Amino acid sequence: MSGGTTIPDGKAAALTGAAADRVRRKRAYARHYWPFVVPAAVVVVAVIVFPWIFTLWMSLNEWKLGSGRSFVGLANYERLWGDERFHGAIWRTLYFTALAVVIPVVLGVAAALAFHRRFPLRGLARTIFILPMMATPVAVALVWTMMFHPQLGVLNWILSQFGIPPSLWVYDASTVIPTLVMVEVWHWTPLVMLLVLGGLASLPVDPYEAAKIDGATGWQAFRYITLPLLAPFLMVAIIIRTIDALKAFDTIYVITQGGPGTASETINIFLYLNAFAYYNMGYASAVVVVFFILIIGLALLLLWSRERFKDAA
Amino acid sequence: MTMITRRGALLGGAGMLAAPALVSQVDAQGAFNWRRFAGERIEVSLTANPRSQILIQNQREFEELTGIRVGSEAIPEQQHRQKFVIEFASGRPSFDVIGISLHVNKRQVGRARWTADLKPMIADASLTSPDFDFADFGAGAVAYSTQADGRMDTLPEFTDYFILYYNKEIFARAGVQVPTTYDEMYETARRLTDARAGQAGFVGRGVRNANVVLYTSFLLGTQQRDCTDANQRLLTDTPDAIAAGEFYKKIMRDCAPQGVAGFNWNEAQTSFSQGRAAMWLDGVGFAAPLEDPTRSRVAGKVGYAVVPRGAARHHCALFGTGLGISAGSNERKRGAAWLYLQWALNKRNQLRFLTAGAGAPARQSPYRDEEAIRTSRFGRDYFETLIASSRIAHPGLPEIVPVTEFRDTLGTALTNTIGGADVATELRRATEAFRPILEQSERAT
Repeated sequence: MSGGTTIPDGKAAALTGAAADRVRRKRAYARHYWPFVVPAAVVVVAVIVFPWIFTLWMSLNEWKLGSGRSFVGLANYERLWGDERFHGAIWRTLYFTALAVVIPVVLGVAAALAFHRRFPLRGLARTIFILPMMATPVAVALVWTMMFHPQLGVLNWILSQFGIPPSLWVYDASTVIPTLVMVEVWHWTPLVMLLVLGGLASLPVDPYEAAKIDGATGWQAFRYITLPLLAPFLMVAIIIRTIDALKAFDTIYVITQGGPGTASETINIFLYLNAFAYYNMGYASAVVVVFFILIIGLALLLLWSRERFKDAA
Repeated sequence: MTMITRRGALLGGAGMLAAPALVSQVDAQGAFNWRRFAGERIEVSLTANPRSQILIQNQREFEELTGIRVGSEAIPEQQHRQKFVIEFASGRPSFDVIGISLHVNKRQVGRARWTADLKPMIADASLTSPDFDFADFGAGAVAYSTQADGRMDTLPEFTDYFILYYNKEIFARAGVQVPTTYDEMYETARRLTDARAGQAGFVGRGVRNANVVLYTSFLLGTQQRDCTDANQRLLTDTPDAIAAGEFYKKIMRDCAPQGVAGFNWNEAQTSFSQGRAAMWLDGVGFAAPLEDPTRSRVAGKVGYAVVPRGAARHHCALFGTGLGISAGSNERKRGAAWLYLQWALNKRNQLRFLTAGAGAPARQSPYRDEEAIRTSRFGRDYFETLIASSRIAHPGLPEIVPVTEFRDTLGTALTNTIGGADVATELRRATEAFRPILEQSERAT
């Protein structure tokens, strides 16, 4: 038999000529093409599956770098359950994420609507607006840190020029998270603006002409035409911002290292400290697993919201 | 027949004049063979600081002396600690020589035996240059580099004392004296605090973790002195510990700039160097940037003094770094690394540390070099402060493995007190939180 296909005699007899050919072709494809899948599969197993299984395994162990490792079952998870510092980190992460998603999305949409209109020097204005996005987060964080200094920072000087009392910015527990969000907003609103601007450019003009003929106001056109049509773009922006905000680390670490006290200690900072300052690898692995579950939950919520948006549209 | 030319005669004459110098150099080298590991290459991993900068800038001296090539890296302190711990734990560190913060990693490194015991090398005359003069290292610094089991797994590089920096101009204007007790320091700081003029009487570390070393400076003045007892039991909720906490809270709330709860040393340095704080209690290594007129508005106006006396004792917090040799390196590299340590911490480099204002060297001879001190850009009070501090120095942090967790837990409590929280409640809570971690760590030891 050509190609060395090995169909059992009984089965081969039962197949018609065309069907037998199809089966033979399929098997030949499988035999010839599966080697091409192997490298990708190996990479996926090596960089995703194995680290995950290893992390899961580590989360069931007590292991401090420089000491021996011992199996402790679910003890790390029990400890997490009762760890107030971890609970605080979860709430701060959600608080930070909510603010760092909603504000840039609202401002980004407003900026996109503004830059969608034609006005003199629009290209230059757009370029200036997206500049923060191009800056390196660590460098940005260092500059902001100097600006936040309560005695010598330029921000308090600016406030003083308007007769506003100085703020403590990142140096006070009550203002540290909103201040860090302010840095995120400055840094990442341009990204949302670009995404929404792309969406606006692709919108059809017919519905607007029809709405105008029907006497719709500007707000009604925005609410009932622009917003629903922009929904897919907004969802992309929200998903990207949520992922970015959840994994925010560099800015927070450079500016506050989680302080004052634990006032800006998000899960990432908590995880980092446990893994690389306290060297509690087992405990840190348990944090990773719980954080992963949290992210999966949020991702599912976002996907579900997207489907609802689609249906509504 | 070869003719003697004028140029040849001149060259010959010059060679004869240089001969005695060459002979004496050969004699000096002859006593000890610095080139026994020539051709070897070693990797040196250091913390980024002015001392490492001096070593890296001058390492060519070592390479020319020994024929050993050196690859050096200097990484910011916190990242450096993580890097070397992870590399040591992996079993295959990329470096042969490592700089270690003894106040953070001493016990961890000692327990895991990551660095080689240097005592046999010091005792080996074939490996140790006669110029090395181990006795020149201060006894306190040597004790700090020695583990509880007697192994000396680092060679002391630098001792960091907490000292009191004060702004001479502000003091003169107000007509106040340098405080000699903590109570006087508080009163002086209160007097010099002028919120409307944006002037703080005192500045120090308020952010968690970093603030613990300021708190322990106050604790060192109490009868209790230490954070742990001889059996490594935690003593951070005792009456003395609470009294030190109350003082910390009082001076930080009443005399420090607004927002000090988020201040690390760099924010404190900024306030002091820009003339916005009258006093600053911190490590000795900040003298150089404070005296740099391109970065500091108080250059030439900085006064140096030993930390004030506490109610029961007079100590300044001691921290330190040492250089160790990776125990995993092969014999030749270990030998080359030992030569590097001898060069890096020789009298000349230690004097360079001192005169550059890069901190207090672990050797004693630099302090006796009158010529260097006289020509230094730092005033005599700086050197006198260093010498006086060395006599009252006491470790500022407990020698425990989870020292970073200790600093984070206790530091959070201290930061909360700056916000107004009750000191006793916060310290008890922190003690309860950290006690099981310490007990577990001690059991593992």
